[in-house]
Amino acid sequence: MLERAITGIRGTGHRVVNGVWRLGYASRFFLAVLLHSSMSFRRFHLTIKEIYFSGVLSLIIILVSGLFVGMVLGLQGYETLQKYGSESALGTLVALSLVRELGPVLAALLFASRAGSAITAEIGLMKATEQISAMEMMAVDPIARVVAPRFWAGVISMPLLAAMFSATGVFGGYLIGVVLIGVDEGQFWSQMQAAVDFRQDVMNGVIKSCVFGVAITAIALFEGYDAPPTAEGVSHATTRTVVTSALAVLALDFILTAFMFRGL
Amino acid sequence: MPSENLVEIQELNFTYDVRPVLQGINMHFPRGKVVAIMGLSGCGKTTLLRLIGGQLKPSSGQVQVAGQTIHTLDREGLFRMRRRMGMLFQFGALYTDMSVFDNVAFQMREHTDLPESLIRDLVLLKLEAVGLRGAHNLMPTELSGGMARRVALARAIALDPMLMLYDEPFAGLDTISLGVIGNLIRHLNDALGATSIVVTHDVQESLKIVDYIYFMSEGRVIAEGTPDELRAADTGFVHQFVHGEIDGPMPFHYPGAGYAEDLALDVAHA
Amino acid sequence: MERKTLDLWVGLFVVAGLAAVLVLAMKVGNLSTFNMSESYELKADFGNIGGLKARAPVKSAGVVVGRVTNISFDNASYRARVTMVVDKRYQFPKDTFAKILTAGLLGEQYIGLDPGGDEVNLKSGDNIAKTEPAMVLESLISKFMFDKAADGDAKK
Ligand SMILES: Nc1ncnc2c1ncn2[C@@H]1O[C@H](COP(=O)(O)OP(=O)(O)O)[C@@H](O)[C@H]1O
Ligand SMILES: [Mg+2]
Repeated sequence: MLERAITGIRGTGHRVVNGVWRLGYASRFFLAVLLHSSMSFRRFHLTIKEIYFSGVLSLIIILVSGLFVGMVLGLQGYETLQKYGSESALGTLVALSLVRELGPVLAALLFASRAGSAITAEIGLMKATEQISAMEMMAVDPIARVVAPRFWAGVISMPLLAAMFSATGVFGGYLIGVVLIGVDEGQFWSQMQAAVDFRQDVMNGVIKSCVFGVAITAIALFEGYDAPPTAEGVSHATTRTVVTSALAVLALDFILTAFMFRGL
Repeated sequence: MPSENLVEIQELNFTYDVRPVLQGINMHFPRGKVVAIMGLSGCGKTTLLRLIGGQLKPSSGQVQVAGQTIHTLDREGLFRMRRRMGMLFQFGALYTDMSVFDNVAFQMREHTDLPESLIRDLVLLKLEAVGLRGAHNLMPTELSGGMARRVALARAIALDPMLMLYDEPFAGLDTISLGVIGNLIRHLNDALGATSIVVTHDVQESLKIVDYIYFMSEGRVIAEGTPDELRAADTGFVHQFVHGEIDGPMPFHYPGAGYAEDLALDVAHA
Repeated sequence: MERKTLDLWVGLFVVAGLAAVLVLAMKVGNLSTFNMSESYELKADFGNIGGLKARAPVKSAGVVVGRVTNISFDNASYRARVTMVVDKRYQFPKDTFAKILTAGLLGEQYIGLDPGGDEVNLKSGDNIAKTEPAMVLESLISKFMFDKAADGDAKK
């Protein structure tokens, strides 16, 4: 009985120590990426190539999801607002929810599962097939050549994707609210414009998505780089990327929202 | 002496965590020669190559390449040294997101300012040397195992290295590809005036092409000699190994822990 | 893929992304309707600001003319001090009335400016003397009930 308890405590301690160690390791990795970033800009075509893979190829899923989320917001928002006779505020509801929260957060979650997992799998496989080792043996720093361009590509792509998500979402809400249901078009836009502030709402949304972009790509790259060089190791790392970055996005969103909109 | 031997290994010990992998290794590799390091899987051959390439640091002892002690070099110095080394990885380790051409051109583009037209000529020259000039547009996934190995070879010699390291260049190849790679190793070494270290467990093929052989078992050198000397040896480990007998002084079973880790290692290489 | 094709796609992607930000700023947000760069500051003290928040709109005749920038509590008068910036293009007389109003029944609160008849206009830093506090929901409801009751009485 006592032995069981001691084993349990030891296990917990081990996990905590491991977790802290990993966190430190991840921070050092992140620092190394930042320090070795000059090549990503000096040879910008390396970054452009990665923007293509993480940004351009995520575009379809982002646009389609944005449109649908906006249409659902239009339907649900109308259902609720019309009970209070304020369906003219539909534009405000759709735009504020998208620009402040749903755009950055949903785009980030989609980005994590579409691009983040791909980054982890790619880096993990490069390590498992000794491509990373081979690069080191060729006197080319894989952090500068492989990791950093992917990082900056993610950081650049994420806010653009989130903005496109929000914009298509607003269009989706417009389609449902104005075109389909027949909310007054002038009121839809004017109420929206009166309520949505550029700096307070739009810019804060953009800042949020930049932070999410940093978090997701850093997690994805670290998981890939740290993955055991086996098929199983890579597949676990990919799953961990999606789970960890989803949690990170939601937690960061809470913290950022508290700071931005409550002025904490 | 240092001018005669490109690589010198002195009293090298290496430990992963607490497990000793290499113990008291002494080896020297004369310039211009092809030297084989043989031993069963898991005896520490890849580890030894990584120590020579500076990817691992010795627990004690040292590796000297061209008169410089590898583990005392800073990052700059190590990278400068590695530019003069070529390494062929066990499964080629071709960059899967680049074509054959770009793979071979990789180091030229990273380390030189050569114009693209010259790079093109050089790449085709290197590919011609391994007989794959016609394949320069293919992607690595479109190559057979033997072709991939040859492309990797062309990539490794891209900057005309002074030292070539081969990690199991024969593993998993059919007999014809095997002969092709063997001949290439020998010819490229002589054409480049390089020094080659070939890690392998393929005895018959290496005996044909190498100048000198070290036998390793469980992290130690247990025998060494020229191919003729080793063929002549009619007893002991060497005889068992050279003639492919299952039972003999070389134990078939390793101690339990070593075996388990060896299995883990094989997965890691797959 | 060819580097040129890649560049093209990524270029289009970046342009589309920036266009989306621009749409959010101009069409969705208020960047096109209200420009803060040319503005002046006014102050007003209220007995009760209700749910008024910083960045709430300042409207006159329904047109957004400014924003609330700061809300603080004045220790001397025990009243709420609201600071707002108003677009330079719009000028108001000295005896302008500032009220805290609600958009719709449950909408957000904003400041409404009712211009008076004075010759002299308000300058930057001026205090709006005439104010009306926010309608608090409780008093709103009791007022509504009272009116209903009065209505009922009248019909009888
Ligand atoms: N990253 C590692 N961590 C711990 N032990 C390792 C690691 N890599 C290899 N080993 C151990 O070192 C020993 C030698 O491995 P290696 O040099 O790869 O053998 P081989 O001769 O087959 O190339 C093996 O027993 C293996 O278990
Ligand atoms: Mg090996």
